[in-house]
Amino acid sequence: MFSLLQQTAPVVVEHSETVTHTETAQAAAHGADAAHAAADAAHGASNAGMPQLDISTFGNQIFWLLVVLAVIYWVLSRVALPRISGVISDRQGAITGDLMAAEEFKQKAKDAEAAYDKALADARAEANKIIAANKAEIQKELDAAIAHADAEIAARAGESEKRIGEIRASAVEDARSVARDVTEALVQSFGGNVDQNLINDAVDQRLKGALQ
Amino acid sequence: MAVTEEEVEGLVFHPMDQFIIKPLFGGGDVHWFTPTNATLWMALAALCIIGLLVFGTRGRAIIPNRLQSIAELLYGMVHKMVEDVTGKDGLKYFPYVMTLFCFILFANFLALLPKSFSSTSHIAVTATLALLVFVGVTVLGFVKNGTHFLGLFWVSSAPLALRPVLAVIELISYFVRPVSHSIRLAGNVMAGHAVIKVFAAFAAVAAIAPVSIVAITAMYGLEVLVALIQAYVFTILTCVYLKDALHPGH
Repeated sequence: MFSLLQQTAPVVVEHSETVTHTETAQAAAHGADAAHAAADAAHGASNAGMPQLDISTFGNQIFWLLVVLAVIYWVLSRVALPRISGVISDRQGAITGDLMAAEEFKQKAKDAEAAYDKALADARAEANKIIAANKAEIQKELDAAIAHADAEIAARAGESEKRIGEIRASAVEDARSVARDVTEALVQSFGGNVDQNLINDAVDQRLKGALQ
Repeated sequence: MAVTEEEVEGLVFHPMDQFIIKPLFGGGDVHWFTPTNATLWMALAALCIIGLLVFGTRGRAIIPNRLQSIAELLYGMVHKMVEDVTGKDGLKYFPYVMTLFCFILFANFLALLPKSFSSTSHIAVTATLALLVFVGVTVLGFVKNGTHFLGLFWVSSAPLALRPVLAVIELISYFVRPVSHSIRLAGNVMAGHAVIKVFAAFAAVAAIAPVSIVAITAMYGLEVLVALIQAYVFTILTCVYLKDALHPGH
């Protein structure tokens, strides 16, 4: 772009080729470099100052362009592009793989959670079962104990009843003998004849109504 | 001699001298095989492309470094462009489009280095690039579609009476394609560089030098933009022409 070197080369715009040749010849006296510069300038200037339109360089440019393009194409299509495409697809694969692994781990976590929930529910059911079983057992024992207690109470009550009966019977007997003795004593004190059988009957007769 | 006269004037305008093609070694004529400054800068563009796309991606890293990121960015951009414009069947020609894009991009950017040579400013280079696309696309169109390819010029959606007229217009526009395709690129690059050169010549006068330098800076910024945009435009037009060849008809 800033080809300062080229500024040293004279541009011969409005000279005919013959003039250019004579200039070249003159410049040759100064040295080879000057001659080259003049020749280059003549090339560049032969078409109204536009090096782009200097047809003599077209073959050279096209040849080297084709060589360079062929080299670039060969390297790109053989080495660079397959490699980059491989890297990109590898990365895509790695990302997809990672996503799938993450999905798998997520599924595993979900499964583990489900298993945990199930274990918890099982444990709870087991506990309930044990509680129920224990309750039933305790109930049975309780029932047995109550029945036993009831039976004992009944037995004791029966015994007490019997004793009370005995006490009552003995009390009646006592009352009867006291009444006989008192009657006998009364009859004697009134001077009556003591008839044991009569007294007994009379007392029994009287007591029958009072003690029953 | 004219040389001395111009040097005496102080202001020396040689805006086109930067485009002169010279042999790299020694002097003499430029033969078709002579290594010239054009050869050097085209080869440098090729080296830069290889450096970026091959050397930059040698790590084949899943997590890319900077060079590899740039290489993947370029790849992704052109790949997406080809796929979007031409469709899936156009991807077969992706390496060629990528070659064109990379070459023009790097040639344009290298031309922005001081003292460099802008190979894409030469109509011989851009015309060759455009003709490669034009001839390639035309041959491809006939090989893929046979005579159906001519449907490109026969607008079947237009009224019958208009079709011959449209066919002539379409035919002309088709053959103008390589001309506009090549001159657009060469013209933009050449004009920008020549303008910078003119401003640089003005910088020799102390009074205008600050303005001149600011102008050069601004033009340089614009040229950086142009370098990228022209490469992009050339490539996307190539894709459009390729699409016409693969899917003719409107």
